[in-house]
Amino acid sequence: MSESFERYRSNFLREVEEKVEEGEWVKMCMQCGVCAGSCPFGPHWEHSPQKIFMMIRAGKREEVLSSDSMWMCTSCYNCIVRCPRKLPITHIMHGLANYSHRLGMAPKGQPTRQFAKLFWDNLVKKGRVNELKLTMKHYFRNGFSAGIREAMAMKEIGQGMMKAGRINPMEFFGGHAVKDLSGFHAMLAKAREIEDRKKGFSD
Amino acid sequence: MSEMKTAAYLCSGCGIGEKLDIASLSKVAQREGKMMLVKEHEFLCSAEGVGMIRADIAEGVTHAAIAACSRRAKTEAFDFPGTALSRVNLREGVIWVVAEGHEEIRQEMAEDYLRMGCAELKKMKMPEGNPGRKLNRRILVAGGGFSGLTAALAAADAGYEAVIVEKEDHLGGHAAKLAKRVPFREPYREPVDTGIDALLEKVGAHPKISVHLESTIAETSGAPGRFFVKISGPAGEKIEEAGAIVQASGFSGYDIAKLPHLGGGKYPDVVDQAGVEEMAKSGNFTKKDGRAISSVAFVQCAGQRDPEHLPYCSGHCCATSIKQAMYFKEANPDTETVVLFTDLRVPGMGEDFYRSAQEKGVIFAKGKVSSVSEAGNGLRVNFRDLILDEETSLDADLVVLATGQVPNSGVNIDLPEEGQVSVLNLNYRQGRDMPQLVHGFTDSHFICFPYETRRTGIYAAGPVRRPMDMMQASVDATGATLKAIQALENAALGRAAHPRSGDLSYPHVRLEGCTQCKRCTVECPFGAIDEDEKRYPVFNESRCRRCGTCMGACPVRVISFENYSVDTVGAQLKAVEIPDEFSEKPRILILACENDAYPALDMAGVQRLTYSAFVRAIPVRCLGSVNTIWITDALNSGYDGVMMMGCKHGENYQCHFVKGSELANYRMSKIDDTLNQLGLEAERVATHEVAITDSARVAKMIDDYVASINEIGMSPMKGFG
Repeated sequence: MSESFERYRSNFLREVEEKVEEGEWVKMCMQCGVCAGSCPFGPHWEHSPQKIFMMIRAGKREEVLSSDSMWMCTSCYNCIVRCPRKLPITHIMHGLANYSHRLGMAPKGQPTRQFAKLFWDNLVKKGRVNELKLTMKHYFRNGFSAGIREAMAMKEIGQGMMKAGRINPMEFFGGHAVKDLSGFHAMLAKAREIEDRKKGFSD
Repeated sequence: MSEMKTAAYLCSGCGIGEKLDIASLSKVAQREGKMMLVKEHEFLCSAEGVGMIRADIAEGVTHAAIAACSRRAKTEAFDFPGTALSRVNLREGVIWVVAEGHEEIRQEMAEDYLRMGCAELKKMKMPEGNPGRKLNRRILVAGGGFSGLTAALAAADAGYEAVIVEKEDHLGGHAAKLAKRVPFREPYREPVDTGIDALLEKVGAHPKISVHLESTIAETSGAPGRFFVKISGPAGEKIEEAGAIVQASGFSGYDIAKLPHLGGGKYPDVVDQAGVEEMAKSGNFTKKDGRAISSVAFVQCAGQRDPEHLPYCSGHCCATSIKQAMYFKEANPDTETVVLFTDLRVPGMGEDFYRSAQEKGVIFAKGKVSSVSEAGNGLRVNFRDLILDEETSLDADLVVLATGQVPNSGVNIDLPEEGQVSVLNLNYRQGRDMPQLVHGFTDSHFICFPYETRRTGIYAAGPVRRPMDMMQASVDATGATLKAIQALENAALGRAAHPRSGDLSYPHVRLEGCTQCKRCTVECPFGAIDEDEKRYPVFNESRCRRCGTCMGACPVRVISFENYSVDTVGAQLKAVEIPDEFSEKPRILILACENDAYPALDMAGVQRLTYSAFVRAIPVRCLGSVNTIWITDALNSGYDGVMMMGCKHGENYQCHFVKGSELANYRMSKIDDTLNQLGLEAERVATHEVAITDSARVAKMIDDYVASINEIGMSPMKGFG
């Protein structure tokens, strides 16, 4: 059948309901547009939450999952507060971002996604965030000279934080971990296993 | 009739005594008003004050002028049945609205109002209720659908007989063809049983309800309390008498063949909502070729809110499509159901029902459908997705067009068309069916009086009145029945129905003076006046609403009410003292509709807004009752201007008598000739629309008008009156 056979069918909607955190709420959107109007990032997104929800119902799987829109969410929660249908929109946006990431469909080089990855990797390593390393990794993500330029621009703030004892330069060498690091890693692995089982991921 | 004994009572309470010279007002009442008895009281509405009046009435007073507050205030205290009453508005009309520092003209204003009250009083007679009254506690219901059955049952349960006339060979109408209906009460989640079988059973078993099947109404004649309805049925013709009529003639679905662009009449698997009900009733959800249906698209507003088809929204179709999508989900949860809407409108608690459908997986998409075409074995719906802002399409096995309700109103008496079949076959002068308000619906006044039609004693209920769902129809039918009961009970007592409910006055006509001009028979907003074979007007008083539009229309002034006539108003306006041309004291007559404009004037007083003390206001029942003789009389007697204040007319009118304000406006547009003859400027007569909330506006309106009259100069007609 033609391509339009899939349009406005519930197969993608069902996929979202099964695999995406809070995805079962998507069908309840009544298309009022309050979320779109409330979003401080509204003008900078390609698709507002309202549109994302409509695209899901319209069966636009590829477009939704490869979109950078849900990665732009700053978790301000304006939309959740205002949604007359009480949809947890922020959570759905994160759920969609996470799902597209796991499918490998998330846009490469999308800055907020990159930073989220840095943050996660940094956190997982020692069970706590190593701010010095996170900052460094972030500054140098685009190469050495760009990293120097960015670091120099933030020099005064960095020095101030060191003086106040907020950043310890020694953390650069290894850094300290949580007490039971292997326990922490085991916990994460278990959580992942549960999530995979629930959402039916096999990887 | 016994001798008229007049009395005037002057109240000095509420500050009246401080602002006005009551002693000299008393003299005016005695010497100029010629009141036989004049009394003053410092608190007239007190038990003592009222007791004083009652004692005088017992002693023989037949006519009393109460000079105190507005006629709209203290109506319970000043209620003297059997006594003619005029109210002189010294409080709201004088002391509260005249600015300080104008003691002299304030006193003049009060004296004029007192003269007017006395003059009016002497022209009043006690109304006795109209002739031709009859008690008939039977209600005829035209239509045996859900609305008609509900109306009949409501009447019967209230102790009134009901006679149902149904053109089909069975009762139940559209409701009987539904598989299920939208829920009326919580939890608003699932379609529920229509309840029509239980309703039919109750109606069938009720001793007070009789039914004529396969019958139509061949003729309706008479008036509230004494309608004669000729019913034509399989056994011939039969006349049923009834006190009132409920017209529940329902609707027809808009013909989908008129929507070929949406595949209506073109493809067998494009159906209307009635088609889905048929499927659901039989439980046979298949395409016309017998194959299973795996996907359904609902096209909302098909031929609705569309100037080329039905320009209005039928109100029920969104909820109906939601219900029908649930039918498919219930039969097979894997059936794809998409509702394409531009605005999803689910009145009442329909929002919960909508949510329930979403939970069941019905897909809702905001889209405007442009066409339906064939695609493979199925259908393709082409539309613009209004959220994603793109032209797109979807494929479906079945397309449901949510078409609208077309009222079965019968003949459009204002613009009759070929092929219209009358429902009531009224033998009224103004036409065989009830007047239609808009889009063919038999409605009269949706703003203020939703249940009041323009044919007294006949009430429209259900989708013939306006598009509606079953829940609204059940409320509507009950409301119409209550109106019908009210009308027939009032008719039995010779009293007016709404909005002057209980009024005993009725139009008297002096036929020997009639010139058969037919203005009254044509202009009566309620079709109360027929014509005899000699083309004289025949007043059906029980059909009359007492607005006085006939009195305003009559060029030879032969129509009057006992307590409201050309004379009662004429005497009032002539009672005003007109200062000479050089006094710099103009006199402006205000004729104010008592329903909206006069209360607005009172409210200006209550709010202590001031306006010119050169005006003299007379309340009229409706601006339609204003006879042009009052205008010419006023100008001839030297008034400098006349302001007419009536309700909003035209579309979205607010006139209590529908056409009165409009007619007055039309008549006044012709008054220029009269003004020319008198050698007066056109500005000397002005009409204004005043709403009940316009108190601030009306005060300014008066001051502006007085200023404009001052600019034109005083009337040259003074001293000749």
